[in-house]
Amino acid sequence: MYDGGKIIIGLIIFLALLTFPFYYNIGKVNAKPEPKIDTPEIQKLPVGERKCVESKEFMRGGHMQLLNEWRDSVVRDDKRIYVNSQGKKHNMSLQNECIRCHSNKKDFCDKCHNYMAVKPYCWTCHIEPKEKKS
Amino acid sequence: MSINRREFLKIAGISTIAGIGSVGLFDRLRKNALEASDYSPNLDALTAKRWAMVVDMSKFTTPEDYQKCINACHRTHNVPNFGNPKDEIKWIWTDTYEHTFPGQEHEYMPEDIKHRNFMLLCNHCQNPACVRVCPTKATFKRKDGIVMQDMHRCIGCRFCMAACPFGARSFNYRNPREFIKEEDINKEYPTRMIGVVEKCTFCTERLAVGKMPACVEEAPKGGLVFGDLDEPNSEVRKILSTTYTIRRKPDLGTEPSVFYVVGSSEFSIVPEIQ
Repeated sequence: MYDGGKIIIGLIIFLALLTFPFYYNIGKVNAKPEPKIDTPEIQKLPVGERKCVESKEFMRGGHMQLLNEWRDSVVRDDKRIYVNSQGKKHNMSLQNECIRCHSNKKDFCDKCHNYMAVKPYCWTCHIEPKEKKS
Repeated sequence: MSINRREFLKIAGISTIAGIGSVGLFDRLRKNALEASDYSPNLDALTAKRWAMVVDMSKFTTPEDYQKCINACHRTHNVPNFGNPKDEIKWIWTDTYEHTFPGQEHEYMPEDIKHRNFMLLCNHCQNPACVRVCPTKATFKRKDGIVMQDMHRCIGCRFCMAACPFGARSFNYRNPREFIKEEDINKEYPTRMIGVVEKCTFCTERLAVGKMPACVEEAPKGGLVFGDLDEPNSEVRKILSTTYTIRRKPDLGTEPSVFYVVGSSEFSIVPEIQ
């Protein structure tokens, strides 16, 4: 191998640069996104009724599937009332039901979506709740 | 390489057990799936086998009569005004007799019919051409006869606009949000986005809560009659069985569900509905 030493040194420098972000961030915990669920609308509800459509755990992991199911069921099958696992009825509507409590898009939806770098396009058509600029 | 009967059975048995076991494993992995959820029938909704509308032109007398219907619809559904007739978005609009019923006009017909405006909207055809051509099934026919559009699926190819013989469809060449005034926006209904086609939906969202379409509520009494074409006692059927009505471009075979009572008021007296 001609110039073997230089090549190996070059490779080591290259690898060090490549893996630098990993070393640099070792031990540092990224701030977890914490969506806020203390909107005035939720505060007004009696404590026992402060429940989402489904359990917190399910909504965390599966709200996108639920919303997808809802939109197909409403638009295509005209089924508009959802009965959740507790037997409670909900109007299947992002714009008229979800937002009724979660009126803080910036501190609720955007918090996690920005962290995960996902860009759902719900709000290009659906009208987002009015928020105070903060 | 050959295996005997005993070894073959062993392998087959073990594979079967592994297969059954993995079904259980996959079920465990899908712990996010919902089990107890269901849909509830909507008891408030207005329902029909086939929704239809009768437009009685004799009831529309002033330009405001038309404008009130148009405004009510366009405000309810956040229809933008681009301010340019070339890329106008329209769910309900007006046009002349010549354009509404082409081929039917002649030079000796009554002046008031020749020059009057007709109330036009999506015909919600029985054989909708737009549904046949839609490559994504964004436009589809509901069980109750309404030709509906799923905005989530529309890719903006505009085949439906080419297919519709009634010009009932409009394309959003620009972002409609910027052309709806903040104070006019109906917060209970979405807007559209740039690059989708839109049209009249017979107010499916209002029917679902037991309300008549917005234009029907705003029209002069009896001007727009909405009802079930499959129900012999419905108001629509009573008018159709007693009054002469025509449809737009019937020779194309799309079977429109919007009927017109044409003629000056003295010729088109709708009998009192018992």
